[in-house]
Amino acid sequence: MRVETALSIAGLAVALALGSAAVSLLAARFPKVVRFAAMPLTGLCGVAAIVAGLGALLSGGVATATLPLGLPWLPWHVRLDALAGFFLLLIGLVTSAVGLYGPAYVRGLEQGRDSLVALGGFTGLFLAGMLLVVLADDAFLFMIAWEVMSLASYFLVAFQHEQAANRRAAFLYLLMAHIGGLSILLGFGVLASFGDGFAFASMRAAELSPVWASVAFGLVFIGFGMKAGLVPLHAWLPEAHPAAPSYISALMSGVMLKVAVYGFIRLVFDLIGDVQWTWGMAVLAIGSLSALTGALFALMQTDLKRLLAYSSVENLGIVFIALGLALIFIDTGHPLPGALAFVAALYHALNHALFKGLLFLGAGSILHSTHERDLEQMGGLLRRMPWTGFFFLIGCLSIAALPPFNGFVSEWLTFQAALQAWQLDSGVMRSLIPIATAVLALTGALVAATFVKVYGIAFLGQARSRHVRRARPGPWGIRAGQGLLAVLCVLLGLFPTLVIGLIDAVPRQLLGGGLPDAGSQGWLWLVPDAFETASYSAPLVTVLLIAIAVLVVWGLHHVGVRRVRRCDAWDCGFAPPTARMQYTATAFAQPVRRVFALLFRVEETQVPREDGGMRHQIKIVDRSWDALYLPLARLVEAAARRVVRLQSGNVRVYLGWTLVTLLVLLWIVSA
Amino acid sequence: MADILTPSAWLLAVVQALLFPALAPLLVGWVRKVKARLQNRRGASVLQPYRELRKLLFKEARVAHTASPLFRAAPSVVFVATWLAAATVPLLTIDLPTAVVADIIVLAGLLALARVFLALAGMDVGTAFGGMGASREMMISALAEPAMLMAVFTLAMTAHSTNLGSVIAHHLGDAFVLRPSYLFAFAGLTLVALAETGRIPVDNPTTHLELTMVHEAMVLEYSGRHLALMEWAAQIKLLLYGVLVANIFFPWGIATDPAPLSLAIGLGAILLKLAVLGAALAVAETVLAKMRLFRVPAFLNLALLLALLGLLSHVILEVGA
Repeated sequence: MRVETALSIAGLAVALALGSAAVSLLAARFPKVVRFAAMPLTGLCGVAAIVAGLGALLSGGVATATLPLGLPWLPWHVRLDALAGFFLLLIGLVTSAVGLYGPAYVRGLEQGRDSLVALGGFTGLFLAGMLLVVLADDAFLFMIAWEVMSLASYFLVAFQHEQAANRRAAFLYLLMAHIGGLSILLGFGVLASFGDGFAFASMRAAELSPVWASVAFGLVFIGFGMKAGLVPLHAWLPEAHPAAPSYISALMSGVMLKVAVYGFIRLVFDLIGDVQWTWGMAVLAIGSLSALTGALFALMQTDLKRLLAYSSVENLGIVFIALGLALIFIDTGHPLPGALAFVAALYHALNHALFKGLLFLGAGSILHSTHERDLEQMGGLLRRMPWTGFFFLIGCLSIAALPPFNGFVSEWLTFQAALQAWQLDSGVMRSLIPIATAVLALTGALVAATFVKVYGIAFLGQARSRHVRRARPGPWGIRAGQGLLAVLCVLLGLFPTLVIGLIDAVPRQLLGGGLPDAGSQGWLWLVPDAFETASYSAPLVTVLLIAIAVLVVWGLHHVGVRRVRRCDAWDCGFAPPTARMQYTATAFAQPVRRVFALLFRVEETQVPREDGGMRHQIKIVDRSWDALYLPLARLVEAAARRVVRLQSGNVRVYLGWTLVTLLVLLWIVSA
Repeated sequence: MADILTPSAWLLAVVQALLFPALAPLLVGWVRKVKARLQNRRGASVLQPYRELRKLLFKEARVAHTASPLFRAAPSVVFVATWLAAATVPLLTIDLPTAVVADIIVLAGLLALARVFLALAGMDVGTAFGGMGASREMMISALAEPAMLMAVFTLAMTAHSTNLGSVIAHHLGDAFVLRPSYLFAFAGLTLVALAETGRIPVDNPTTHLELTMVHEAMVLEYSGRHLALMEWAAQIKLLLYGVLVANIFFPWGIATDPAPLSLAIGLGAILLKLAVLGAALAVAETVLAKMRLFRVPAFLNLALLLALLGLLSHVILEVGA
């Protein structure tokens, strides 16, 4: 496919997203419109985005176009290259699964009081915004698309606004999205002032002095880091993601955070271009901090969707660790490990979109069947919802980075990139990168603990409440959406070499060099550098695992006693175990909470219950609130109290202020 | 490197893979025997673990009513993943195709896969013990895994490779220079091995005391052939760590070519090294007491610190040299 065709198909995807938003306006009269028209259009939009993304990646070319829209002297430019194509593919994959999943999920909302017009309309706008951010080729369109994306997702977070917690989460999200947006805008301002205009092409050509380049990098890092949920700017994320409907959470966590990664890559690697290794160290440090904090807080949560949101903080941390490594290697003149780290970051971004999408859809399907988000009330869901249980297990194994699933591949690549640190000259970097690697290893093990907890508490054991005991499997659409993502998780784990062959177009176009030898040993082997250095054959590992398993089961069938008798669980000779005797999610996390006690603020309280008993409550508070947000909020409040004196309520005083302002402006302009 | 993917090399890899489950009970029996002698008991025969496995295989398995299908699948998954992980460790010779299929990070990943299924199986029936064991196991592994990877990365950075065969070959070609980084990595990996294989002072493989048990708590609901697979997997894991420590840090005698004589020398050497390691483990378990659970993090932090020191001393002291 020619890349120009791919660009038109990407345009079609945007049009389909806008079309689904427009169609949803009819939902006020006919609630079924969202289910039968808007959601299928969303799915088609996803398919179009996949086709466009694949076209751009396979052709390796660049297509540009100018839209007859925008300001008179500033028409909108769009551009499709390999980087944009990769992110179109990522958006498209999750969106297609949501298109399958959504109709059945929306059906449950048709009876309620929530406005489906808002849900369908803003979903379409949200998607169109994300697609346009990726396609934009000038700062003007980029910022407009960025704001459309942020505002539409604000309304989706505030969708169930009767609950005060959701309104609060939405407001916090809006506030932080705008601070981030402002920071990005200032970053564009720095770039535009050195180039001659707002088009990306002129920014790319601009020559920045190292200091101004660092300023632009700092602004951009803050802006996109806030959107990506990096610590300590992550506070909005665990509040906002759980509040939205589940498939919106999947889109926000799986896709929107990746759009922030896209923006970071586009601005830092492409537009600023001349990267510095000090930036890489900063990104590496913040990425490691995010990965560790996110993993620990995820382990502490008992609300399933909140837990998944914190896990996104962790995964974006891993993506930024890899990006930091890429920056360091590229600036110090090691293009091959640089490209390896870059590919690892992209691979992990894609993997996270798939498994986090899958897990959020799974959480939504539990919510759909049991109306329950609290892990402490679940249990035994595997036998009641076997398909969701099976797909969720694949998601858990993938996110825990276990071979042969996809999460392992990107983590393996990140480790391999970090292990190239011996090539660096500076001893400081050579010793700091291994520490980041240790953090990555710790994070991986904590994530495994987290998802053993999630799966063990929610899907295994016995049901802890009556409505969970009565759970029914969801309709087929809900299962199909999860199934699609689960299959992709397995495929991306099994055939990493093929995927890397596809991703490789991005560093080749952007950094001028990819991984030439990645596929040198055929699709069977994943070889980042040389066969002697490292190699991993996911298909062979899987085949061997299955072959040995068949052998073992066959052997057991023929040796020994085959009979299996059902009986009660062992009870140490006391009363038979009940559901209340099981380990809870809080109890499961207790040892780790104790080991890492310094990082949390734990509030333990005894609350008297109505029946005279006592209830033990544990609340885990993020320390970044105390350290960063509360002082900042107090500062703003104090400043506001000063400013409020301006507001007397008297019209003449206001006119006086206006006069003074005009005079000062006049003086500034004439001076 | 593709020259090692020959049919005869694969055959050798299969033979070596079969040696792991065959030898694993023997190592356990040896450790128990030495321990018994040290405690002035005569002890059971070194072949006792084989008899135990056989006994379990010929017993009827019982499964709780509340168990899900995962409960019956888990023993196979745990056993298979552990076995495949073991098969990637060079036992007799270094040039094996399994080392190219899976490097040391994949080995850690396969062990993690086994561990996750073990913990999930523990939580499946819905008793308090299983959850407790799973929670403790995941806490210990969360601290042990980074230490293990750091220790291994020290070697990988020295050899510029995560391929176990290349690491050992590099060390063999090093003419046994005493590197400080290797000493630290060795100490770190040994502590990790004790924790990961559930030995004293972290866990006690023979205990049934609720307050202290980790591994036993998770497999408490298993019986018959399911239990046999779980126990066998644990024995393979002990052997795996034994071979890993023995062959990486003391690679003497390991075959560098597939000639029958060097393979025989390799077998003799590894058996000798394992006998010494097993005896050392027995001595350690006799003189040490089991730690309280919340002392274990300090123990593992020490392992992580040692491994990190190894990595840093490699990076700072040895790279320029």
